[in-house]
Amino acid sequence: MSKTVLFEIGLEELPARFIDDALVQLEDKTKQWLDDLRLPYETIATMATPRRLTVKIEGLEEKQPDIEEVAKGPAKKIALDEEGNWTKAAIGFTKGQGKNVEDIYFKDIKGTEYVHINKFIEGEATKNLIDQFKDVILSLNFPKNMRWGDKQLRYARPIRWLVALYGDEIIPFSIEGLRTGNTTFGHRFLGKQVAIDDAENYEKIMKDQYVIADVILRKEMIEAQIEKLAQDKEWKILVDEELLNEVTHLVEYPTVFYGAYSEDFLVVPEEALITSMKEHQRYFPVRSQEGELLPYFVAVRNGDENHLDNVARGNEKVLNARLADARFFYDEDQKTSIEQSLEKLSRMVFQEDLGTIADKVKRTVKLADAVSDHLQLDKASKQQVTRTAEICKFDLVTHMVDEFPELQGIMGEKYARIFGEDDAVAQAINEHYMPRQANGTLPETVAGTIVSIADKLDTIVGCFSIGIIPSGSQDPYGLRRSAIGILQMLDKQAWNIRLETLVNTALSMYVSLGLPNRSEEEVAEDLREFFHIRTSYLLWEEGVAPDIVEAVLANGIQHVPFTKEKAKLLASKRNDENFKSTHEALGRVLNLAKKTNAEEVDKNLFENETEQVLFDKYQRITPVYEDALSKHDTVKALETLGTLAEPIHAFFDHTMVMVEDERLKENRLGLLNLIAKEVYAFADLNAVQWKQQY
Amino acid sequence: MNIQNMILTLQKHWSDQGCLLMQAYDVEKGAGTMSPMTLLRSLGPEPWNVAYVEPSRRPADGRYGENPNRLYQHHQFQVIMKPSPDNIQELYLESLKALGIDPLKHDIRFVEDNWENPTLGAAGLGWEVWLDGMEITQFTYFQQIGGLEAKPVSAEITYGLERLASYIQDKENVFELEWTDGVTVGDIFSQPEYEHSKYTFESSDTDMLFDLFSIYEKEAGRAMELGLVFPAYDYVLKCSHTFNLLDAKGVISVTERTGYISRVRNLARKIAKTYVEERESLGFPMLKDKEEASNE
Repeated sequence: MSKTVLFEIGLEELPARFIDDALVQLEDKTKQWLDDLRLPYETIATMATPRRLTVKIEGLEEKQPDIEEVAKGPAKKIALDEEGNWTKAAIGFTKGQGKNVEDIYFKDIKGTEYVHINKFIEGEATKNLIDQFKDVILSLNFPKNMRWGDKQLRYARPIRWLVALYGDEIIPFSIEGLRTGNTTFGHRFLGKQVAIDDAENYEKIMKDQYVIADVILRKEMIEAQIEKLAQDKEWKILVDEELLNEVTHLVEYPTVFYGAYSEDFLVVPEEALITSMKEHQRYFPVRSQEGELLPYFVAVRNGDENHLDNVARGNEKVLNARLADARFFYDEDQKTSIEQSLEKLSRMVFQEDLGTIADKVKRTVKLADAVSDHLQLDKASKQQVTRTAEICKFDLVTHMVDEFPELQGIMGEKYARIFGEDDAVAQAINEHYMPRQANGTLPETVAGTIVSIADKLDTIVGCFSIGIIPSGSQDPYGLRRSAIGILQMLDKQAWNIRLETLVNTALSMYVSLGLPNRSEEEVAEDLREFFHIRTSYLLWEEGVAPDIVEAVLANGIQHVPFTKEKAKLLASKRNDENFKSTHEALGRVLNLAKKTNAEEVDKNLFENETEQVLFDKYQRITPVYEDALSKHDTVKALETLGTLAEPIHAFFDHTMVMVEDERLKENRLGLLNLIAKEVYAFADLNAVQWKQQY
Repeated sequence: MNIQNMILTLQKHWSDQGCLLMQAYDVEKGAGTMSPMTLLRSLGPEPWNVAYVEPSRRPADGRYGENPNRLYQHHQFQVIMKPSPDNIQELYLESLKALGIDPLKHDIRFVEDNWENPTLGAAGLGWEVWLDGMEITQFTYFQQIGGLEAKPVSAEITYGLERLASYIQDKENVFELEWTDGVTVGDIFSQPEYEHSKYTFESSDTDMLFDLFSIYEKEAGRAMELGLVFPAYDYVLKCSHTFNLLDAKGVISVTERTGYISRVRNLARKIAKTYVEERESLGFPMLKDKEEASNE
């Protein structure tokens, strides 16, 4: 026989963002709990509304399965004394098993007879175990917990009722003085307090009380209503999954409705209108079939269709008021020129030790110009870069960005166009904030990319110079994301510039401004390590194995796309039998080269021909190899290095390197060291875990 | 229902729930929470139930009296119940009914909004209450005040009176709201709205305000050293208002803000701590069960 079990945690309105994760936990923990209790069941269903978290277990067996097991006790000669009476050991054993000596039988194990007892453990009745669900309730984790009244418990929101039913019986337990029962509450206004007669009937009873407990069902109701409205009106309703989820978790009984706002507001950039609707009001914006934003919105009421006009009218009023604000900000902002806005930046502190935003802008201009020069941009492009860097932050003092911080850059672009800035500059202002999130869109324009890099680099180097270094979850300025952004931009643009050049330029600039209160070497070392780790993450994410990452970063990050190319090539060589001879030869060189700093070779000290051959070969290939490196021709570079393999093997076959004669030894090590330096310029081949057997 | 009657209705409703009816506090402040009737009294174990109207200044929201929805100064109706009763949400919803808002004709929701006032080292969890998409009330369970754990927890209910009235009176423009029959909000507040906005955004003496901030900060500290928590707290409020004026003028950045806030927060923490210590030395006079408590 089995029964249905129901637990409902009645809460004051749970934050929408908590619910999805709470449901996952509720299911996992209930499952784990039943498994631990050895209670068989058929299904677990979890449900949630803003005011309840529910789990319904169907087909729960009425008791644990019985267990039969055999317990092994002491050996026979210990269990019986000389007269054949049971010893204390035997009696103790049987007592410990809840049995007595009559139950003992002997069984032979490897020639010795031992006491055995058949044990039968009767399964406990489900009813006696199931009140432990309290622990599941208390084990749920939420992003934020609170206390209420004079209670000690911390929970997502105050618990106001508990339903715990085993079929039609109440499972008694209590939490913070609150006792379980069979009484729940329907929709706040449309429903009432109601008893659940049997766990089986939960969903139906709740539905009668205007509560759609099942999340999926509720979401489908909303989707279907939106779909119908879109068809009736020939609209495209912008339903994004995240907002739909949130709205689903904000209502117990959803009814979709629409409202209108004044067409006058359509002059405001649509990003601002959409942000207002979505972020502030949780409305779905509406477009025409042609994709034009229409002055309507779609929303979901927590309730039925009665008085829906009244609700729509109220919502229209709210949105109109919000958009009136946006309009006011938009008009007002256009009364302040870019130059006037820039002046205000000198009163906005960026960071106490790093000066104002205006100071930051000055540094960004300098860095951006340095990058332009390095890339040898034409004059027009250089001017665009400089102008972008100069004005990229002006929108921070606009009303619009103050009100909608997520529109920084976006409003900058709009206003820049209005004020007659060059199109490329306007676009670059927006782009300099990119990527806006992990793996977000990267800038398209040269100016946008350069200024984005300069701005981020300034923040990173500035913060490091005053000891603000990300650690653990502490990264208040988002330096890690900025660093990844820089690397991704360098990768995308494939400019002929090394990361180290950029970082050094920024650091020298800070040093020349006298800013760092730490030693330059310390800061440089921290930055090196920071970027090294970021680059490693980036490469790992792209599927490069850790050993290859270590190999290609041995000599720094250098030119980002080239470094990635090298990684890919090495990965393909790992299992390449033909490369075995090469990596073995070069690897041996790298190992021995560690024993010296010598870099000089005296031909007169050569004792055999292989030394001469290797040296000649080295000298011949070096210009070819370095040329390939400078052109980032990965394949050619590695191939060229590979031509050293044969002479190296020959060298080792005929030459003893670690000889007694110091002069001879240093000369040979010197030769190897010269070669090693060239190899390192490509990668530390010994970091790679080469395939050993083919 | 005019605003005056709304206030009377709310006062009656919360008075019936055992709240003391207090008056607005006489130092500029951004919210009813900052009145010592809330901020200090919600500290410590003594029960405290209070309701009052608080004129609240938000310099950044000033619109020269031209925007139909924004005000330099609006009015809050503030309720504190410590410890928070189990039926506090129901008590609140009944107050809306008393104001003539029939929940069946509207969409009333509790939307997560965690309140934090870093300046006062205060934080709470709760909601903003939406009436047909409009935020009409802030509903908060205090978790921390002045850096101290709130124990027991107070429930704070803050009604935005003008917002609510615009609903009840069905007016689009805040200045057309009737304060009492025949007298509008505009009649009373248009001129101050214009003048305060002009002052805040154009005419205020920034250097003087920066000076005042430092002076108030110093005096708050000095009063604190003398163990005078209420005067010290008044100066913290003055710091806060001065800061808001500077902030509204756009002369303080996000990062600079952190610096100012931490300066005031340190003071607020000391005040909170000292307030509780003083109440304790007085034997927590409002603790009804204190004898039983001390016998335990």
